[in-house]
Amino acid sequence: MSRLETAFYDLGHLDLLAEKNTPIHRLDPRVKVVVTLLFILYVVSFDRYEVARLLPFFLFPAVLIGMADLPFGYLWRKLLLVSPFVLFIGIFNPFLDREILLQVGPLGISGGWISLLSILLRFILSVGAGLLLIATTGFPAICMSLEKLGAPKVFTVQLLMLYRYLFVLIEETIRMIRAYTLRSFAKKRIRYPVFRHLLGNLLLRTLDRAQRIHMAMLSRALTGEIRIARQFKFGPAELFSLAGCIVLLTFMRFADIAEFLGKLILETVT
Amino acid sequence: MSHHIVEAKNLEFTYPDNTHALLGISFRIRHGESVAIVGANGAGKSTLLLHLNGYLTPTSGQVRIGDFPLTKETLQEVRRTVGMVFQDPDDQLFMSTVYDDVAFGPLNLGLPIEEVDVRVLKALDTVGMTHLKDRPPHRLSSGQKRRVAFATVLSMSPDILVMDEPTANLDPQARRQLINLLSTFKHSKIFATHDLDMVMDLCERTIILHDGKIKADGPTSEIFQNERLLAESHLEKPFRLQGCPVCC
Repeated sequence: MSRLETAFYDLGHLDLLAEKNTPIHRLDPRVKVVVTLLFILYVVSFDRYEVARLLPFFLFPAVLIGMADLPFGYLWRKLLLVSPFVLFIGIFNPFLDREILLQVGPLGISGGWISLLSILLRFILSVGAGLLLIATTGFPAICMSLEKLGAPKVFTVQLLMLYRYLFVLIEETIRMIRAYTLRSFAKKRIRYPVFRHLLGNLLLRTLDRAQRIHMAMLSRALTGEIRIARQFKFGPAELFSLAGCIVLLTFMRFADIAEFLGKLILETVT
Repeated sequence: MSHHIVEAKNLEFTYPDNTHALLGISFRIRHGESVAIVGANGAGKSTLLLHLNGYLTPTSGQVRIGDFPLTKETLQEVRRTVGMVFQDPDDQLFMSTVYDDVAFGPLNLGLPIEEVDVRVLKALDTVGMTHLKDRPPHRLSSGQKRRVAFATVLSMSPDILVMDEPTANLDPQARRQLINLLSTFKHSKIFATHDLDMVMDLCERTIILHDGKIKADGPTSEIFQNERLLAESHLEKPFRLQGCPVCC
């Protein structure tokens, strides 16, 4: 199986997770979208040397994974997949920023290392939150709730169509590559001129399909605007979890829980 | 009742690249009739179907659906009346969940949300797909996709169903189930197909297209007995009418 095929089935797995039936999955998607946005906003708004105050925020994904019955290992591997990009953003910090900020016994830790750690933590938290949102809500529901929250329709419909036909397009590509591989024998990589043809062919097929889809839309009385019937319900459970999350996240953002806990422990010890 | 008729009068169509696809097609399909349009690849079947809901405009001639001719003004009404099911369900199911897809047509007709909901659930129930209403289409099997494709059309309560190869790419069981489902529909039905055995099950009348013209139009049972006619149109007797190679 090619890497593309593996990635394809993996993408389907995220969809499967979103079909589970837990209290978190049943929540109105709008609540989850708003809370996730707030969470990411708070996480990235900390000072660049901040580490300790980021840690309490791990409570949020941990509780979500538990309540929504999600496989931690799978989500963790997804995070690792993206991590090299993030690592490269911060990799030079230790060399550029050598001012010692923290003294642990004989070991002086420079500001660069701390900011690198901070970047990594922020990455895990924010990308993790995004993944959790998709795994508990599903991509289509997120798009629809974005629209209900006031995002431009052109944008949400585009995203919905993209997601719908991503699978069709990948399948088509897989079939083409398979046909190529079966007749190219020992050559492992697709040669550039052939690749150009494959890509061109894919574009033509896509245009054809777009025309057929438009035809199908017209025959179902398309008037120029794509309407979505989905009704979301905002009940007591939604109100409670939205208010609860906002209060809790705001508290974690503006109150220094780590310091408070540290003091508490020190006081009980002494 | 006379208002569910489909009538083509001397229909001609030439594609922009000068391919003459239809050369004077005339027929009249009455209310409740079930008609198969068969013929070789490239005989003009799909082109003909696309005229029946106004996607293509004839170069000359006229299509009448019900009591009025197909014109720009009547286009929306005609598209509600004529439900079109395309060959590739991936083209037909373009929304992100089954429910939204089935709701697409009724919403465009401007129905209130509650009515849309009723219609969607009824259509899904008819094709037996209610339990999959929240699935994304890419996670359905071919047979399920096909059924949902029918539901997307049924939810607009059309009077006439036009289908392009409804049984293509289905396993024998899914095919049989689909045929049984179609036989319960009371609509006027027009099929373009190569599945002649299905035609025998569902259609009392068959039209053979050949090179853009109507080569034969008559009762299915008579047409399928005429081996010369079938051979000339690149067709073959349905398997059921051929002698059994094992017993004979």
